[in-house]
Amino acid sequence: MSSTALLVLVFGLGGVAWFFGRIKASGFVTGGTRGEVHSLPSYHGWYVALWAAIPAAVFLLVWNIVSPALITDAALTSPTAQQLPTDSFTRGSILAEARSIASGNQEKAFNPLSQAMVEPYRTAITYYQTLGMAAAILLVFACGAFAWLKVKPNLRARTKVERVTMIALLLASLIAIITTIGIFISLIFESARFFSMVSPIDFLFGTEWNPKAVAGPRGETGFGAIPLFWGTVFIGAIIAMLVAIPLGLMSAIYLTQYAPAQFRAWMKPILEVLAGIPTVVYGYFAALTVAPALRDLAVSIGISSASSESALAAGVVMGIMIIPFVSSMADDSIAAVPSAMRDGSLAMGATKSETIKKVLIPAALPGVVGGVLLAVSRAIGETMIVVMAAGLAANMTANPFSSVTTVTTQIVKLLTGDQEFDSPKTLAAFALGLVLFIVTLLLNLIALRVVKKYREAYE
Amino acid sequence: MDDMTSGDIQESGVSSAEGASQSISAGDGPPKMTTRNVNVFYGEKQAIDNVSIDVNMDNVTAFIGPSGCGKSTFLRCLNRMNDTIPIAKVTGDITLEGEDIYAPQMDVVQLRARVGMVFQKPNPFPKSIYDNIAYGPRIHGLASGKDELDHIVETSLQRAGLWNEVKDRLQDSGTALSGGQQQRLCIARAIAVDPEVILMDEPCSALDPIATAKIEELIHEIRGKYAIVIVTHNMQQAARVSQRTAFFHLGTLVEYGVTTDIFTNPTEERTRDYITGRYG
Repeated sequence: MSSTALLVLVFGLGGVAWFFGRIKASGFVTGGTRGEVHSLPSYHGWYVALWAAIPAAVFLLVWNIVSPALITDAALTSPTAQQLPTDSFTRGSILAEARSIASGNQEKAFNPLSQAMVEPYRTAITYYQTLGMAAAILLVFACGAFAWLKVKPNLRARTKVERVTMIALLLASLIAIITTIGIFISLIFESARFFSMVSPIDFLFGTEWNPKAVAGPRGETGFGAIPLFWGTVFIGAIIAMLVAIPLGLMSAIYLTQYAPAQFRAWMKPILEVLAGIPTVVYGYFAALTVAPALRDLAVSIGISSASSESALAAGVVMGIMIIPFVSSMADDSIAAVPSAMRDGSLAMGATKSETIKKVLIPAALPGVVGGVLLAVSRAIGETMIVVMAAGLAANMTANPFSSVTTVTTQIVKLLTGDQEFDSPKTLAAFALGLVLFIVTLLLNLIALRVVKKYREAYE
Repeated sequence: MDDMTSGDIQESGVSSAEGASQSISAGDGPPKMTTRNVNVFYGEKQAIDNVSIDVNMDNVTAFIGPSGCGKSTFLRCLNRMNDTIPIAKVTGDITLEGEDIYAPQMDVVQLRARVGMVFQKPNPFPKSIYDNIAYGPRIHGLASGKDELDHIVETSLQRAGLWNEVKDRLQDSGTALSGGQQQRLCIARAIAVDPEVILMDEPCSALDPIATAKIEELIHEIRGKYAIVIVTHNMQQAARVSQRTAFFHLGTLVEYGVTTDIFTNPTEERTRDYITGRYG
């Protein structure tokens, strides 16, 4: 029986235990009196069920991790194992082959030695599987019976079940945090390997990006990431923001201050749909529509060097993608300015636009800035649009019509296809990822702090 | 949306108001503002029913009445702040110096410069004290230079009795002042554009007794320079600061007259009941 089926069986038995616990507890209730029975019968049911299922499930989890090693050890004690070569590489591959035949994942062996090892493996697998299954089922019954015996009128089953619920929720929320930490640690390890091959100073301050697997004649490696950082900032923080900030802010002002309620009710969801469009679709739009149009425009006004993959195309489309973020953050902050401010200004004889310009925007500014920082952090981490529209040439240029490359584009380029994971060329992707991670993390922290501080100011 | 409610004004006959039992006169001298047969609707709901009152330059006029009686709503008709509520509709005649303030040619910006307002909760802008006072003069172009603006700021703060407390920290934020100081700052801000009428919507309801006393003192001092209309739910305050009192109940004007008469010898039974604390 596979371990998945076993797990299902364990939970099924837990369900059965629920009924037993509940039936026993139902017997306690004699009348409508309160106080004699601590918990409702269903809580007793859950109490027994959790006792029956959780220890066995945990055991199965541990068993799944431990048993492969035990199985291999057992198989190696067989007489055929003596003929195996001592070279760890061939030995390992033979064992792996034997094992996958034994568990039915492979039909025939390439190596005759593997074929010989199949039988010992099969015996060991059967033995340990049976052992694990027996232990799990025994555990279900033992723990279930233990809990069932403890079911008494004064058992505080409700409190205990609530605590298990709380722990389950806590574990669920920890997973996201642990994953983030895990990602960060893996990035650090890979980056450390990279920095042991390439100096961090060359990487962070070098101006030539042309990654090679081997160092050139003068020791140059081509891992200077400044052109990438510049490209990222140029597209994500400059061009995209030049588009997104004015348009987002103005649409927020219109929606909060001028738009009739009905129009607003239509317009806001439509604007939010813009945020739900997959970025790859924006990428098509940038590469196939905006970029050629901009190139033709540039050529027609006399910029002959205009490239068909331009920073401007990627930046403009990214700016359009970011508009909903800026707009919805600005919308929230303007709406959070107390209406007393607005009334005070209007009562002074200020017009609507004067009120917006002189009172609402300054009062909402911290929230707007927070929103913009969040938008920047999203823009510099954005990948698809720049991969499709910004190009791969690592140019250091302020000409928006020329092609530039970004950190994310280069990560994609370095990691797609077959890669050796011990070459600096591949590992550079992790170092770039680490830089990107740290920068966006800092931006998010600052932005959230700014927004939070400002929210408190009016409460 | 803002300036367009004037189209809703109906020419209701002034004559019908003449039959009303209560006096609508503000007393001696020509009235500063007159209102005739004013009705206010919030959507379907009528908030003000046929109210006619005159407001005089020399007197402080107090609007009293239980919560929800429409006194604030009526006050907000006098500088057209109800325009900011899309569903509000005002009918009737309201004039300032004989000019219909709901007439299409009336510029609401000019109107609000002439009829200033102080709100229930102090609402200084999150700017410096100086910029708070200079806000109105700047948007209306009242000062031609820095010196003149400085002068306006100083006189306004002096009139509001705040100058000595803040003269050394004009660049501090207006929101850093205490509640009472903030409210006097708001009065100074209203004074700075040199209005003819100042409307006060329960200006002391968020303040402690000492700050309240200061505001009342201030109202005494500026009386006569501006026509003052104050909404209050505090009857003692109405008795202390006003010369004319209007009692509102359920959107109607029950009684309007000399404050001492209203408080000592009201003609309407509802007024008497409210003043003696029978309800409200």
